[in-house]
Amino acid sequence: MALLQTQNLVAHYGDFQALFGVDIELGEAETIAIIGANGAGKTTLMRSISGVLCNDAAAVKYDGTAIGSKPADEIMSQGVAMVPEGRKLFPSLSVEENLLIGTYGRKISGHWNLNTVYDLFPILGERRNNPGTALSGGQQQMVAIGRALMSNPRVLLCDEISLGLAPVVIKDIYKAIPQIKAAGASMIVVEQDIAQAMAVADRVYCMMEGRVTLSGTPDSLSRDNIHNAYFGAGH
Amino acid sequence: MIWIDTIIQGILLGGLYALFASGLSLVFGIMRLVNLAHGDLIVMAAYLILVLVTLLGLSPFIAVFIAMPVMFGLGWVLQRYMLNRTLGDDILPPLLVTFGLSIALQNALLEGFSADSQRLPTNALTTASVDAGPITLGVMPLLTFASAVLVIVGLNQLFYRTELGRAFRATSDDATTASLMGIKPANIFATATGIALVIVTIAALYLGLRANFDPNIGPARLIYAFEAVIIGGLGSLWGTLLGGIIIGVAQTVGAAINPEWQILAGHIAFLIVLLVRPRGLFPRAND
Repeated sequence: MALLQTQNLVAHYGDFQALFGVDIELGEAETIAIIGANGAGKTTLMRSISGVLCNDAAAVKYDGTAIGSKPADEIMSQGVAMVPEGRKLFPSLSVEENLLIGTYGRKISGHWNLNTVYDLFPILGERRNNPGTALSGGQQQMVAIGRALMSNPRVLLCDEISLGLAPVVIKDIYKAIPQIKAAGASMIVVEQDIAQAMAVADRVYCMMEGRVTLSGTPDSLSRDNIHNAYFGAGH
Repeated sequence: MIWIDTIIQGILLGGLYALFASGLSLVFGIMRLVNLAHGDLIVMAAYLILVLVTLLGLSPFIAVFIAMPVMFGLGWVLQRYMLNRTLGDDILPPLLVTFGLSIALQNALLEGFSADSQRLPTNALTTASVDAGPITLGVMPLLTFASAVLVIVGLNQLFYRTELGRAFRATSDDATTASLMGIKPANIFATATGIALVIVTIAALYLGLRANFDPNIGPARLIYAFEAVIIGGLGSLWGTLLGGIIIGVAQTVGAAINPEWQILAGHIAFLIVLLVRPRGLFPRAND
């Protein structure tokens, strides 16, 4: 049974329909990548799974339970944490406080705590008392990932973690992914950088215009298939 | 020497205004909500203390500890089930709803207690004074100012030393992302308003011990509180204390020049600060 799945997931922003019956599955200890161009609906999918956008209850199932209509705080408390697009650190909080907010209302139990997050991203330990938003973009992304890990999630949703970062910084961030996987989290990684996504994912879904247009293991997908699914067959 | 005495009395009066304003500042700082019923809630808390004193024969200083949890609960429910519904990008709904609440509270208090002025019973403490060299200081004004400082120190400790404080600041920064961290913004806002009404109750104690009150004086307390918050910088707690002190000193100095100028002088000080520092003395960087 899938740990997390969406079934015929639709999403709207007012009158605008952004998702048209999206079906994806994430297994235990699996990493899947969602790739697609701008406007394909990847972030909307993440917002729907995480509870920021409300759906039909049955459209999102986590561990056999329908969670599609639950609010974001409840979904997070059940073990689905999100690294939002654009990092969204809290400007009023220091680096350490940003990390600690990931444990709000809960006792930490599991692999991830302040020490293990600082081991994963040593620079954060050195800057723990700085305001979170005073760090470089890459370091802010590390805080955002660490903040989500602090809740010891079973499912980690990473939305465009390479967005706006220099290639060398992206490489540093992606170096952490194997360690996060090894600690037991299942992951959904949303990416525009196809090469990065293919390198870390067990399976890949490609989206275009609010629909899944292709899925499979990285080895099974040809360059042409991905190109057509990403941009449309006419391009 | 008279002027030094006047200024010190003004500083101590500023403590009362800071108490009026701290709850307003807390609520605005966290959820950008201007509660126009704030002054009426202070008056309502004063009546609650009066009822407890009258019915149970308690000292006002004991009754306030019973009134505080009652007011916390009222604030929590008020925010959770009414004011949260008004929050959003449009600032008009909370202004309209709290304006309506203000009118409803005034009329309910008029209905329940009439328009007669009331005062909390005084004792030796309320009329006691201490000599401080050439000037004499009333114990009540000193207690009021000390309470204001304690409230602001307490709120700062809560904000910067506790998990709840982190959640307050995070929710204030970005409620949607805070919810992704497992925080319920609606409950955080309700807790903040509950705490604000606990401070309102402390303010009500000193209001009722130092002066007469009736159901219609709420809006004037709101104006003093609002001015103190604006002078200090929206959402800045220490700024709110300083704002209260500036209004208090302006009023006592104005009254010393001409008793008719007391209230006017406070408002003029407010306008001068607005002209020189439109965002207040200690504005938050991200406001």
